[in-house]
Amino acid sequence: MTNRRNFLKGAGALALGSAFPFDLAFGAEPLTVGVIYVGSRGDYGYNQAQAQAAAVIKKLPNVKVVEEENVPETVAAQKSMEAMIEQDGATLIFATSFGYFDPHVLKMAAKYPKVRFAHCGGLWKSGNPANISSYFGYIDECQYLNGVVAGHASKTKKLGFVAAKPIPQVLRNINSFTLGAQSVDPSITTHVIFTGDWSMPVKEAEAANSLVDQGCDVLTCHVDGPKVVIETAEKRGAMSCGYHASQAALAPKGYLTGAEWDWATPYKLLVANAQTGKPQPNVLRGGLCEGFVKMSPYGAKVTPDARANADAVKAKMVAGNYVIFKGPMKDNKGGSAIAAGTGYAQTDIALESMNYLVAGVVGQI
Amino acid sequence: MSVSLSPAHGRPRRLPAGVARLLLAVLPALPTVCAIVATLVLFGAFLLAQGQPAADALGLIAKGAFGSSFAWQNTLLRAAPLMLTALCVALPAQVGLIVIGGEGALALGGLAAAVVPQCLPHATPWFVATPLMAIAGMLAGGLWISAVGAMRQWRGVNETISSLLMSYIAIAVFKFLVEGPLRDPASLNKPSTLPVPDAMTIGSLPGLDVHWGLFWGALACLGAWVLVRHSTLGFAMRVTGGNVRAARLVGLPVGGLALAACALGGASAGLAGMFEVAAVQGSANASLLSGYGYAGILVAFAARQNPFAVIVCALMVGGIEASGSLLQRRLDLPDAATLVLQGLLFANLLAWEALGPRLAAWRVKLQAAALEATSVSLERTHHV
Repeated sequence: MTNRRNFLKGAGALALGSAFPFDLAFGAEPLTVGVIYVGSRGDYGYNQAQAQAAAVIKKLPNVKVVEEENVPETVAAQKSMEAMIEQDGATLIFATSFGYFDPHVLKMAAKYPKVRFAHCGGLWKSGNPANISSYFGYIDECQYLNGVVAGHASKTKKLGFVAAKPIPQVLRNINSFTLGAQSVDPSITTHVIFTGDWSMPVKEAEAANSLVDQGCDVLTCHVDGPKVVIETAEKRGAMSCGYHASQAALAPKGYLTGAEWDWATPYKLLVANAQTGKPQPNVLRGGLCEGFVKMSPYGAKVTPDARANADAVKAKMVAGNYVIFKGPMKDNKGGSAIAAGTGYAQTDIALESMNYLVAGVVGQI
Repeated sequence: MSVSLSPAHGRPRRLPAGVARLLLAVLPALPTVCAIVATLVLFGAFLLAQGQPAADALGLIAKGAFGSSFAWQNTLLRAAPLMLTALCVALPAQVGLIVIGGEGALALGGLAAAVVPQCLPHATPWFVATPLMAIAGMLAGGLWISAVGAMRQWRGVNETISSLLMSYIAIAVFKFLVEGPLRDPASLNKPSTLPVPDAMTIGSLPGLDVHWGLFWGALACLGAWVLVRHSTLGFAMRVTGGNVRAARLVGLPVGGLALAACALGGASAGLAGMFEVAAVQGSANASLLSGYGYAGILVAFAARQNPFAVIVCALMVGGIEASGSLLQRRLDLPDAATLVLQGLLFANLLAWEALGPRLAAWRVKLQAAALEATSVSLERTHHV
């Protein structure tokens, strides 16, 4: 209970504290890092991938991490970031959902110019507040490798893809997965079902079941939490390739491999810069080569041939000289997607407005 | 002198008239107070069972919701849209309809508001643009929920089910338009409508970090309270809600009243959508669908459909959300803990509702006590 005496004691301690700044006397102040997630940290997907990186920086010396999950993309996101700054003294904030950027991160970054805001999604452009660092990875490289492995494993030559929305990032993954599989056998098709939103567990289960019913024997997905899709595939006896984080534990029989984020790379860099006072970059991007993405270990059903093939392609990607999107390439309506002689490096901005599905994908945008 | 207070000895104990009147006044709040106390006790027990410091947690809830000026603004900001979406439940409830489709009305209201600036010349001043956006939002939401009322009134469709299904349809229409015809081509990976021009966005209340939606939300609640409690129209609505046959018998336009209540409720939710677009998001996109419409149901039931109590209950739910943020950061509790707290609160509010009949009995007793005390004191004065 608070009584007057306790209050006076507390006030006295407070006054003493401000008179003698103990922090300065005891060496480096710990860096407080705030992390907000749009979903649950244990979703076996998008948010778990971020939480794994947060767990890595938590173990670094002189770093304190405060976390908040299930923060919707509303004023709640702004208030949570602000509370981390005002109540916890955070000076580096990881806003991990794509949808936090506009307007929430933009607003908070303008309001707190001394705090560094790291946003996942690679959206920063010149003119935006300079205290934002945007990080993102070329995960389509891993989806391509998923496709290579799936192409080897599939017997029906039909692959299934459960996708959230027909936006450029998702289309790029569907296309890469398909191209990877077609590099093994050009007759392979990928059947796509869009669920309409990032987290729709019931629709995801329906889509996965429907794909298996149609004869697809390897499933993968691009939704926030792949748990439902991978579990459904396992239950139906189909194989699966993971996304975002490793779902190997959910499908011990059918899990082939998976496209994972390796967010610890940008997280550690941003924390190190904050601690040493080095200037922070505004845009941080990378693929397999830079260690921003990685593959899940191969499952039992991956044959030595498939491993050798995937490893060979991966080695080229790590070396930085593999082009996934090169012409001539047709879209699935018969038109030309990429002209002959044109190739897009991973960093090419043209890939970020992708609005087609490549030939061999069964589905509509 | 010894006075027996036990009813077993002769006359039952008599309450002083003042006390009786006081108890009468606070009696309607009794179930809510009991529910809140029981919720806190149960939540504390839940935390203890999980090996968490219950006392600290309860302290943090108070601190995170109302412990500082920052906490207050945090709470107020989260409460603002809930006041309006709760009215979408509380107003139709006056005519006896349980409408739970506020989320859809909010989405369509927000979308309608986001389209208005695109139809206006760019230099339109805010005092023209903002009211037009508000009207568009209210019309969209109002018409949507009116349709629910109309289906109930003239086709006998259960309004609870239909409003929920209509909400799904509204969200599907919203997504179709935002991702299709109304999409800003520049919004690549987060499909959105064209942004509302800066000059037409809504700012903060003076001196606060809370947007004007709070002011208008509270004003709407007060207006609805005056309408329901102090107007003929509101009285007619409540008669209809109390006994629709009796209402018909005395010649009340039952169908029109139901439609009016639904239209006003839907308009409130639509206005909430407009504020989300104009004051928070800056365009209509999927971030609008964050559950304000559903949280409004909780608020309205907690307020027992009383528009004035909606303000208080919205603050309570806003406070729980604000403090949930602090609980996560300080105690590393998962977000589910906040859900447990909200769930306990809702379950308790409904459970303590069972006090209703007993409450009525107590009210009669207290009224009798108040009267008796008055008459006794009158008697005494007379004898003297």
